[in-house]
Amino acid sequence: MQCQECGNRPATLHYTKIINGKKTEFHLCEVCAKEKGEQMPGMDAGFTIHNLLSGLLNLDGQMTEEHPSSQSSATVQRLRCPTCGLTYNQFSKIGRFGCSDCYQAFAERLDPLFRRVHGHRSHRGKVPKRTGGKLRMQREVDELKQQMAMCIEKEAFEEAARLRDRIKELQKKLDS
Amino acid sequence: MSLQDFTQHALSEWMRGQGPRSDIVISSRVRVARNLSGLPFPMLATSSQSSEIVRRVEDALRREDKPSILKGAELIRMDDLSDLEKRVLVEKHLISPHLAEESRYGAVVLSQNEAVSIMINEEDHLRIQCLFPGFQPEKAWELADELDDWFEQELTYAFSETKGYLTSCATNVGTGIRVSVMVHLPALAITRQLNRLFPAITQVGLAVRGIYGEGSEALGNLYQVSNQVTLGQREEDIIQKLTGVVRQMIQHEHNARSRLRETSLTKLEDRVHRSYGILEHARVISSKEVMERLSDVRLGVDMGLISGISSQVMNELMVLTQPGFLQTRSKQRLDVDERDVRRAQMVREYLSLKRNEGNH
Repeated sequence: MQCQECGNRPATLHYTKIINGKKTEFHLCEVCAKEKGEQMPGMDAGFTIHNLLSGLLNLDGQMTEEHPSSQSSATVQRLRCPTCGLTYNQFSKIGRFGCSDCYQAFAERLDPLFRRVHGHRSHRGKVPKRTGGKLRMQREVDELKQQMAMCIEKEAFEEAARLRDRIKELQKKLDS
Repeated sequence: MSLQDFTQHALSEWMRGQGPRSDIVISSRVRVARNLSGLPFPMLATSSQSSEIVRRVEDALRREDKPSILKGAELIRMDDLSDLEKRVLVEKHLISPHLAEESRYGAVVLSQNEAVSIMINEEDHLRIQCLFPGFQPEKAWELADELDDWFEQELTYAFSETKGYLTSCATNVGTGIRVSVMVHLPALAITRQLNRLFPAITQVGLAVRGIYGEGSEALGNLYQVSNQVTLGQREEDIIQKLTGVVRQMIQHEHNARSRLRETSLTKLEDRVHRSYGILEHARVISSKEVMERLSDVRLGVDMGLISGISSQVMNELMVLTQPGFLQTRSKQRLDVDERDVRRAQMVREYLSLKRNEGNH
């Protein structure tokens, strides 16, 4: 049975709503069910789309353990977040990331998505004050390290020593 | 409890306050989505991880140096609230239906004046929301920005140099900002211009929705205009673009009101006064009808056709006549028919209370 909302995906969630004695049946896919989440009944029943989904994700984890030598494991591995275990496939169905590392894990697939949604793919806005400062410093350290390596190659040791001191200084700030 | 005491307690500042352009703009809201680094997003977080997030926010709030607006702020856990209490918070736009119904270990931090509500464990770990009366999204952003900086001193956010603030949904990544302005557009509705206006707004990357968020139908000619793009633009640019468009909407609505006044004043007066009469005398009224009538009366008040009552009263009634409020007021569950009776009663009493206040 196809989802009655989108007509594309198979319906995986079936329920009946009774309002003022009038019965209405719903057959939805996960994605549309999530979208309709506001109208979902049983808000205190402990049964939610999120619970259901995380249950499914755990199931998936068990299945892969049973078939460790599966053919496509290389591609699957590549598109599974190593931190939370979410696969790209699941992500595209649910429309939600599992954790912040998913962004890294699915990076190659995401830029087209960001372009479609936002028309851009890089952040230009606010940077966190405290940790952002560190980030900027880290970027500078990386840059200086590269310069230092180049100086050493050119045997410009005096310049390299100056850079080394600057790196040490920044590193100390970073570590504190 | 008298109706006066009840509403004193029940209404937030954004409904009572007068903001700029409040003849057309009801409220301005900014929310920023933030997640804590090193913990999975709420969808995949375990119970202990979710409760840890609540605890960390609670710890941060214990700090002495908190912004003055958070003095006396309360952290409320969804599990400690009844369904009805949650519903009232949704009707006041302080929490989302998602937090009320689907979150695990969901909580909200409310400032005393309810201008700030910080949802915890909604779709993201933190959603800092600032709600102001009238047309002042810049002010709402200023406050949200300040609160965000303050929390960041204590909490480490999930942030990437290239993608910005990392969020549970790809539609919020980058700035994590959603600016939305609630506008009342009755004259554009009466003159049937909305279906020409809305496509233009969508084309410039903004969204128009009914007042209770995604998928909700537009009631009482109230619309929420918000940004869609969160990545690749600076927060200030996002706000500027939105305010530019809303300013034009305000202008169009003004023009439509002037045209109505010039071409069909009597008909318009008849319409708004009929609606006023119904609100004053009806014994049964549905939630849909009450919103339509309130919209008419508000238009009449804002155009100076109805006197003796303020447009804030209409704001207040729009919230007070919602199912959750009616049931809280009468301290019992009510079915649809009973609610329609109570609603009519509430409107009658509130209007007469406010008229008397005006006479003193």
